[in-house]
Amino acid sequence: MPARRRLSRLGVVAGFLAVAALCLPFADLTTAGHDPWQALARMAAGFLRPDFGAVEQIARATALTLAFALSGVALGGFLGLLMAPFYRFRAIRWTAIALRSVHELFWALMLMQVLGMGVATGVLAIALPYGGIFAKVLSEILDEADPRPADWLGPRVDALTRFLWARAPLARAEMAGYALYRLECGLRSSAVLGFVGLPTLGFQLDSFFKQGEYGAAGAIMVVYITLIATLRLWMRPRAVLIWLAAAAVMLAQVKSPPMGSGALWRFLSSDIIPAPLRQGDPAALWPWLADLMRDAILPGLFATMVVAQLALVLTGVVAFLGQALIVPRVMGRAGAIVGHLWLVILRSFPEYILAYLFLQLFGPSMLPAILALGLHNGAIIAHLLGRQARGLPLRPDAPRGLTLWGWEIVPRLFGNFVALCLYRWEIMIRESAIMGILGIATLGFFLDDAIAELRLDRAMVILIATGFVTAAVDALSRSLRARLGAGRLRAPGRGGVLPVAQGLPNAG
Amino acid sequence: MHLLNAADLGYGAVPVLRGIDLHVATGEWVALLGHSGAGKSTLLAAARLALMDQGLRVALVPQDHALVPQLSALRNVLMGRLDDHGAVYNLATLVRPRRADRAAALAVLASVGLTSQADRAVETLSGGQKQRVALARALYRGGDVLIADEPLSAVDPAQAEALATVIRNAFPTAIIALHDVGLALGMATRLIGLNGGRIVLDGPATTPRDQIEALYAR
Repeated sequence: MPARRRLSRLGVVAGFLAVAALCLPFADLTTAGHDPWQALARMAAGFLRPDFGAVEQIARATALTLAFALSGVALGGFLGLLMAPFYRFRAIRWTAIALRSVHELFWALMLMQVLGMGVATGVLAIALPYGGIFAKVLSEILDEADPRPADWLGPRVDALTRFLWARAPLARAEMAGYALYRLECGLRSSAVLGFVGLPTLGFQLDSFFKQGEYGAAGAIMVVYITLIATLRLWMRPRAVLIWLAAAAVMLAQVKSPPMGSGALWRFLSSDIIPAPLRQGDPAALWPWLADLMRDAILPGLFATMVVAQLALVLTGVVAFLGQALIVPRVMGRAGAIVGHLWLVILRSFPEYILAYLFLQLFGPSMLPAILALGLHNGAIIAHLLGRQARGLPLRPDAPRGLTLWGWEIVPRLFGNFVALCLYRWEIMIRESAIMGILGIATLGFFLDDAIAELRLDRAMVILIATGFVTAAVDALSRSLRARLGAGRLRAPGRGGVLPVAQGLPNAG
Repeated sequence: MHLLNAADLGYGAVPVLRGIDLHVATGEWVALLGHSGAGKSTLLAAARLALMDQGLRVALVPQDHALVPQLSALRNVLMGRLDDHGAVYNLATLVRPRRADRAAALAVLASVGLTSQADRAVETLSGGQKQRVALARALYRGGDVLIADEPLSAVDPAQAEALATVIRNAFPTAIIALHDVGLALGMATRLIGLNGGRIVLDGPATTPRDQIEALYAR
């Protein structure tokens, strides 16, 4: 293959800015009928005076959030561990790709049709996509482990022995570190699953907001941030079994509404079969697909891309300006601590919950989604760049403050900045699609709609389309990164010891 | 044992060694000599593969030890006989070694002076101790031929003498790369010298010292 032309970083940035400018006229950014300032004042008052009066409900939601996260991540890790040694086989690799191309929330919406709103739905909604992610990352970790002890064993040793004696022990520490990072993601996923009905923090947050109990909602925020910020204190390798047992006890107390028997079979054999085929009219399949394309997929896709592209630019702005927020030499010691706090808060909350909060402020439009995606992802990148900035070797007489930011940090980290933004791009597409469940007309909106109408065949096609779009953007981002000379990015959460939230060490 | 026949050996396009013939008789202790980069490790790797192709049991002490740092010294020693057993037996050993296996491995660890380190993870051991674990693993394995790449480089001279006797008694035949010429003369019955990508010396352990010294001249 001929070497492709290297792209200039500024050229890529200019390209994305141009695309965003083209999207702007189509973006619905209205705040009609809402007075954001009044709502903000009420919300801020609630957060500043968290009300722990509803302690029983909050405690139960917190415990269940933990229980779903622990069980889901444990099961997903187990699935991934089973798949990882065989990841080079196409069947396994594609299974893993399919599992992880569907977002946890979408998994939950589909699983509900089969398993009802219960424990199994919640655990599997986390475990299935995480299993696909674990399979990929654990296989990479195993591949990178020292091959020499396995070579020493010679050709006569069976594969299981080779794996358990000479490969797994070498990869164990990094696998455990990655699992811890995944648990942090799992806590976010578990909370968010509350918005589709599971009894976790998201559900509790939603009901407090609906009742206007901002103090109680504030209390949930405090609990949630504390939970994630202290993750590495309470989750110790030795305690894993105890935590899992506790999670099982918690989940055993969740009452699930009974499902009619044969739900799975009906789902597979009838519900998800396109209506024309089910009714024995294959000729109508094409018009059916065309209608679906015109009425749901294309408009949903367009809105998804508009939200994601604008959010990407906002992410870039936040990260570009914020990359020195945790650098004492730029912000001063106190300033860096405040900067750290801000980034921790923005990183800890899932995009979905941030979007939910902004929705309360601004009303339904694309604005809450764009703000949430931009702030959350921008904070993640700013944090990672800030960590690198603090590690930059500086000459003794290097400047301080804004001059340091502009003359040293920005130019020296610009390559990583662009690479990290591209890396988050695919994640933002997935999340933009999800935002549809909040009522913004992205792909998730049409999916949610189809499920609400019990037209699961349509939902399935939309889901597959969403998977394809995500995969396509992932491939495009990978190719752009390669052409920028920043192709070798490792999966987030590997290596670096980050106190909170996503880590993406050594970009570029 | 006819091992190599006019073989070109090396990694990648340019061979490190050219036109190598190697024949080792049972009962011979071959010391490979030559300055670093002369191709001793390459020759050992090729000899090991050839021996295994002939269905012989080979015990290997690699230069980089190839131990599993996270496992205990005892389990690293037990690795020496994994290919004698099936997956279930080995899994059970990994979880909890059988009493007889543990005793046998402990006896070998005792012979290299590591009794008290048996249950410590290898990553917590010193360089010399790691090397002795690698030796113990090969001793526990046993076999027709020992292939060892600088097996005594990290232990002190007095210990090296004692360990040399231990391994000398454990294997009928061996091919060992050694940089310590004195040690080589004490252990080997035959010397092979490498220089410039060829075998330039092949003689008994009684080869005059000045011929050996010439190997190390550039």
